[in-house]
Amino acid sequence: MAATLSTLAYLVAAVLFILALRGLSHPTTSRRGNLYGMVGMGIAIVATLLRPGMGGGGIGLIILALAIGGGAGAYIASRIQMTALPQLVAAFHSLVGLSAVFVAAAAFYAPESFGIGHAGEIHGGSLVEMSLGLAIGAITFSGSVIAFAKLQALMSGAPITFKGQHWLNLGLGILLLVLVIAFVASGSAALFWLIAILAFALGFLLIIPIGGADMPVVVSMLNSYSGWAAAGIGFTLSNLLLIVTGALVGASGAILSYIMCKGMNRSIINVLLGGFGTDAGGAAAAGGGGGGERAPVKAGSPEDAAYIMKNAQKIIVVPGYGMAVAQAQQVLREMGDLLKKEGAQVEYAIHPVAGRMPGHMNVLLAEANVPYEDVKELEEINPEFAEADVAFVIGANDVTNPAAKTDKSSPIYGMPILDVERAKTVFFIKRGMASGYAGVDNELFFRPNTMMLFGDAKKVTQEIVQALQRD
Amino acid sequence: MNPTDLANQASATAQRALELAAQARMLAEAHVAPVAAAADPFLYLLTIFLLACFVGYYVVWNVTPALHSPLMGVTNAISSVIVVGAILATGLGESLAAQVFGFLAAALAAVNIFGGFIVTRRMLAMFQSKKKG
Repeated sequence: MAATLSTLAYLVAAVLFILALRGLSHPTTSRRGNLYGMVGMGIAIVATLLRPGMGGGGIGLIILALAIGGGAGAYIASRIQMTALPQLVAAFHSLVGLSAVFVAAAAFYAPESFGIGHAGEIHGGSLVEMSLGLAIGAITFSGSVIAFAKLQALMSGAPITFKGQHWLNLGLGILLLVLVIAFVASGSAALFWLIAILAFALGFLLIIPIGGADMPVVVSMLNSYSGWAAAGIGFTLSNLLLIVTGALVGASGAILSYIMCKGMNRSIINVLLGGFGTDAGGAAAAGGGGGGERAPVKAGSPEDAAYIMKNAQKIIVVPGYGMAVAQAQQVLREMGDLLKKEGAQVEYAIHPVAGRMPGHMNVLLAEANVPYEDVKELEEINPEFAEADVAFVIGANDVTNPAAKTDKSSPIYGMPILDVERAKTVFFIKRGMASGYAGVDNELFFRPNTMMLFGDAKKVTQEIVQALQRD
Repeated sequence: MNPTDLANQASATAQRALELAAQARMLAEAHVAPVAAAADPFLYLLTIFLLACFVGYYVVWNVTPALHSPLMGVTNAISSVIVVGAILATGLGESLAAQVFGFLAAALAAVNIFGGFIVTRRMLAMFQSKKKG
């Protein structure tokens, strides 16, 4: 296929990718959008395979690579549990990063293939672009590996901090810049790999101080990085499709990071510097461990909760990461169905940072067959709490804490919260009295209209369902 | 107006259009070609990049928050379009090192392409409207 034709094919693919993202503006158009994305990718791959100079042996190798990788990807993606989605996405980001590193290496050793010069004498501009793609790709790789390990609980979700951490990172960053300049000047292979190693180390060091509950930001940010890495490689190879797609993905990840930070009222810098919630982070991130029980809280039984909800007109469910950990979404939906049968209106309130990745709770509720019309975002649902008879908080804590509005000294001050305290009765399902990720007490637990339901989220909800079915 | 007149008029108009097209082409070749040759290809790429950033910005703000997880799935899959570079490196086979790296990159990107699209499809299949009545 001539160069003009393949460029045209790339243009079509780029437009299809834009339409794929456009489709996600509504659930009804989203499936078609995903299909556009697949068609676009197919066009891009076929157009590249038809480029002049493609040898038969080479094509065989490519098909082998695509078959191995594609088979593994399809296998994993069709088996993964939806609760494990955040770590899957983190793992996928790491692969994009590593892939960018390898493509940069391929371009370095065979510049003729991409028309950027000859081995040993690559154009200066291309070397700048190559080192950018390489460094961002390597940071994406090692950063995502750490994010994956934290989400998969292969390592503690608690922030890992040490003295002089930020100075070390700054020093490494400057060293990286110096190496890039030296590499552009010399084009040496040793420097190429030094950049890769240094960027790997930097990605690792950048993510270890960030705690488990800040992972939504980290995952979005790495999403963004993987886009910038692709764009960097696109500039190296002068490939329009890679540049456009990289920019789309980069912008998307950046916007998601921004939304997540706004949901916590923290700056991206504050999140990246890490160490947030160091005191309580570990235990809380794991779903709330022990913690000292304190006196004047009103604890109730599942039967009490069932009785009160049975007589309620309007119930708002507030799910958090604890629901995902306990895998309570199915039984929660059963409870919702039973209450609807009793004539109550049941809605679900989602805080922007609930869960471990953007939109995580929505996916889990959708998996449990909760209609998406019943699932509301923060701004939409907040005025409704005042009319609600019951707010049912399951596995969430900090996102309901009124201290965010009243206590200027609180670490979560200024964070938008769900106004559950306005409901007539508030139920909290918790394992114990441990404070949330931010390490602050929730005064709601001690209010007269709050009833604590102590126990595992799934077990307690199951008992409520049984109580509802009994009478 | 009889058919013959109409046909004559049409052919005259067509003739005129052809002449205009030829003139336009001459003008275009005379003026556009030197301009195109003068610009740095890097600037073209940068233009495309910046415009794509804006497109991404506006398109992504339109994504409903409920679908932010599928958004990550899709962006993850399409960012693996980097496979294009891997295919060129492997297929053109200018050096053994490039082929090895290209092969590895293609395999990794393929995990993402298939994995990303399939997991997104699974997610989206769950977002059905279940309102009864």
